[in-house]
Amino acid sequence: MTKTFVIDGKTIPFEDGQTIMQAASAAGVYITHLCHNPQFTPHGSCKLCTVNVNGRNCSACTFPASEGQNVTNISKELNEDREKITQMLFVEGNHFCPSCEKTGNCQLQAVAYHLNMTDNHFPHFFENREVDASHPDVMIDHNRCIFCTLCVRASEQVDGKNVFAISGRGIDKRLVVNSPSGLLKDSALDVSDCAAHICPTGAILIKRTGYSVPIGQRIYDHAHIDAVALASEGEAHDH
Amino acid sequence: MTTKKVKVATVSLAGCFGCHMSFLDLDERLVDLVEHVQFDRSPLTDIEHCSDDCDIGLIEGGVCNSENVHVLREFRKQCKILVAVGACAINGGLPAMRNHISLEDCLNEAYMDGIGVENPQIPSDVELPLLLDKVHPLHEVVKIDYFLPGCPPSADVFWAFLTDLLAGREPALPYELIHFD
Amino acid sequence: MQGKSELMTYFAQQLKVDIGCTRADGLVSLQSTSCTGMCDQGPAGLVNGYALTRLTPSRIDQIVDYVNRDIPLTQWEADLFHVDDNIIKRDLLLNEKPLKGQAISATFARGLRETLAEIELSGLRGRGGAGYTTAWKWTFCSEENATQRYVVCNADEGEPGTFKDRVLLNSYAESVFEGMTIAAAIVGATHGFLYLRGEYLHLLDKLESILAARRAANLLGCNILQKGVDFDIEICLGAGAYICGEESALIESLEGKAGIPRNRPPYPVTQGYLAKPTVVNNVETYVAAANIAIHGGAWFAKLGTAKSKGTKILSISGDCTARGIYEYAFGTTVNTILADCGASDVLGVQVGGPSGVFIANDEFERKIAFEDLATGGSFIIFNNTRSILDIVHNFSHFFAHESCGFCTPCRVGTSLLKKQVDKIVEGHGSAGDIVALEELCQLIKNYSHCGLGQTAANPVLSTLERYPEIYQAMLKKISYEPGFDLDKSLETARRMANRNDAAAHLAQVEN
Ligand SMILES: Cc1cc2nc3c(=O)[nH]c(=O)nc-3n(C[C@H](O)[C@H](O)[C@H](O)COP(=O)(O)O)c2cc1C
Ligand code: SF4
Ligand code: SF4
Ligand code: SF4
Ligand code: FES
Repeated sequence: MTKTFVIDGKTIPFEDGQTIMQAASAAGVYITHLCHNPQFTPHGSCKLCTVNVNGRNCSACTFPASEGQNVTNISKELNEDREKITQMLFVEGNHFCPSCEKTGNCQLQAVAYHLNMTDNHFPHFFENREVDASHPDVMIDHNRCIFCTLCVRASEQVDGKNVFAISGRGIDKRLVVNSPSGLLKDSALDVSDCAAHICPTGAILIKRTGYSVPIGQRIYDHAHIDAVALASEGEAHDH
Repeated sequence: MTTKKVKVATVSLAGCFGCHMSFLDLDERLVDLVEHVQFDRSPLTDIEHCSDDCDIGLIEGGVCNSENVHVLREFRKQCKILVAVGACAINGGLPAMRNHISLEDCLNEAYMDGIGVENPQIPSDVELPLLLDKVHPLHEVVKIDYFLPGCPPSADVFWAFLTDLLAGREPALPYELIHFD
Repeated sequence: MQGKSELMTYFAQQLKVDIGCTRADGLVSLQSTSCTGMCDQGPAGLVNGYALTRLTPSRIDQIVDYVNRDIPLTQWEADLFHVDDNIIKRDLLLNEKPLKGQAISATFARGLRETLAEIELSGLRGRGGAGYTTAWKWTFCSEENATQRYVVCNADEGEPGTFKDRVLLNSYAESVFEGMTIAAAIVGATHGFLYLRGEYLHLLDKLESILAARRAANLLGCNILQKGVDFDIEICLGAGAYICGEESALIESLEGKAGIPRNRPPYPVTQGYLAKPTVVNNVETYVAAANIAIHGGAWFAKLGTAKSKGTKILSISGDCTARGIYEYAFGTTVNTILADCGASDVLGVQVGGPSGVFIANDEFERKIAFEDLATGGSFIIFNNTRSILDIVHNFSHFFAHESCGFCTPCRVGTSLLKKQVDKIVEGHGSAGDIVALEELCQLIKNYSHCGLGQTAANPVLSTLERYPEIYQAMLKKISYEPGFDLDKSLETARRMANRNDAAAHLAQVEN
């Protein structure tokens, strides 16, 4: 007999070793997430995937599924709090979507749309962060980094390169590039690397491709992130 | 609906008037709207100050100078419902991109040592509003009741929002109308 | 707390260097440090990592003279570095000075399983804060199927107001190491670590020589006391961050990585150091275990309450006449403690450090116990000259500074909380700001990844509950006030336009 647990009243089958996120996506249930990508070891840092498991808040992307769990994924309270966590990400960085090449394809923005977020709620930090345009094909706009570490993991786990790392503490946390100058041009990054394409936001961009798809025809202009994520990631979770 | 028309005031602070233009995109729906709405202080009218019984204030643009602060306060005082309209009102938008640069450098570049500057001097006149160190979104200066995102928000956003309000419903934008670009 | 800023200014004047800067001759730089675990002999400082205690203007003069003459540390007067134990009240544990090897011999004599049973019988719970039953932790670790296991002593002691582990390591180190050795024998570990707080560098040589002597006496190393148990202990210096005291961050740090708490499960007892089962316990927990091994579980359990057996060693600091180390049976009331340490005119007590709870002076009949006032040992007394909001202000800055930044709610939340508390404390708050404050606190508490974030809002929440009127009194009778200084924001423009007329200013609140 397959083991099961319950999310919002729906019975979800799972196999030992699966996280709640993996089992849910495979069963067609979307849980908001940003730092999670089924290709990589989960990180558990953005906290957007927080669900309530038997009365306790847990990160679905790291928490193991187990028999008989009663999970709340969608509730007014959880969604309102997820919205606030998203707003924290917006005020922490500098997100001016109208002038961002990623707009419409950005998962941070799409999660915000999904949560019906219309404002940033908190006071802005307006921290001055750098842009690194030194590399011939790839650029980093640190203003849009949410420290999901997907680029770090991709470079390490797929490209075998270790181009990126996260450094610093608290609100001073920054993405750093492992190169003698600290600049992208002196790193081992190649435009064909997985790490150059994995960023969920507009922090890592491929040069000269920004407007190849016009605004209005981009991924989340018409599709909801839950559907997009389930279509692409649910499959990945099946294996 | 009551016979008394709802008073709406609008203004552009540190914005580009794009939101106002988008509002005008309501086109023929404007005709329906004015049956229920009367415009008070607004670039669309010649009224210079809000009357003290405005119902709705629509504000485009963020707060970049002292005059913006005064106008915003007048709106907050006179309008029952204050709405931040567009990216700049909500997070400072394009003008707030100057927040990366010190105001001193901005002013020097523009009036003192920038390319093509003739007769360099920092404008100084009591009539001129002074710039704030940073551009701030509206909600950091006064309390805001609703936010209409978009750069600009489409005419449909204004329509959905205002028809909800006029009908006495709690305004809620459907997914398709929430855009930050 | 003891005139820190005056002393710092004095230091800067005498050294002729600005705070946070290096002097032009490169000989010296002056920085502000957070808690150094010397709250009983402060004000304290660190020079090249070594603690300087009981700083006064005249001691500062002496230090400045050494620096200016470029005298090496080894030739400075020893008294500058002298750290007192200040043990004021002893009970079960602090009265014991077991013979070297006594606890280990007793363990072997009784049997490992039987000793574990005594530890279970003693009811011993972890002394580092969370209070997990020690015998269970050891049992789970021993039951894991693994080829290698580890025993770690958490001596990071980073909670402001705690210094009892420093004293235990200074005067009871043999018991700490015996406790670790017993744990190792029971769970089957051959390697152990003492993770020593960086600020306790002054203890390092002494601890190393104790370890060497223990090896020589066959109390560590191969085949301990010919009983077939191999175990040795390595000392690692901490990375100097409060978060490294969190057990999984500590393990990361041991592995040479940044101190960031891991996802749990798996817990350290199943996958700890190098993914092997690992027992992490506090210094005091090991001392208690060693003594229980000698005297038996009943000896320990005869003191305390139903859920909290034995005694707790407190580090008492703040406004009282006798700061220092006090050992009390669990269940002792705050009133008793305050009387013993000579505290009068008390406003309240922060029990358990910034992550603990602030109790008001009508709650002093409450007891030190896991079921009432749980504490890792920090007990900071504030008298009526102190202001609640100052205290909260300091603690909220502490957490914003110590957040490791891994998870969103704590990384961004603690900094937002700091801003929000500043806004209210500086008198810029209005009605909605308390609601916003509470909302933010709940968010940080309910969604943060580890204990640091989950408790970072406690100072605000516990004072908001007890002193709502103090917060209310700070609020303007208006609906909204900006969180930044409007008029100050015009300063640059005013200066550059050379203006100072009325229109060149903005009132913070609309008239
Ligand atoms: C932010 C943070 C800091 C901590 N610091 C310490 C510490 O300095 N010393 C300590 O023993 N435990 C500390 N702990 C608790 C440890 O994670 C762990 O629970 C403890 O070392 C277990 O030992 P025990 O069972 O003997 O108490 C800390 C926890 C957190 C969340
Ligand atoms: S990264 Fe995403 S959220 Fe940030 S500015 Fe770009 S589109 Fe907007
Ligand atoms: S650059 Fe992009 S992928 Fe890398 S940590 Fe930042 S947001 Fe994540
Ligand atoms: S709660 Fe704070 S200290 Fe803990 S992991 Fe998150 S950011 Fe780091
Ligand atoms: S998706 Fe789980 S914490 Fe980010």
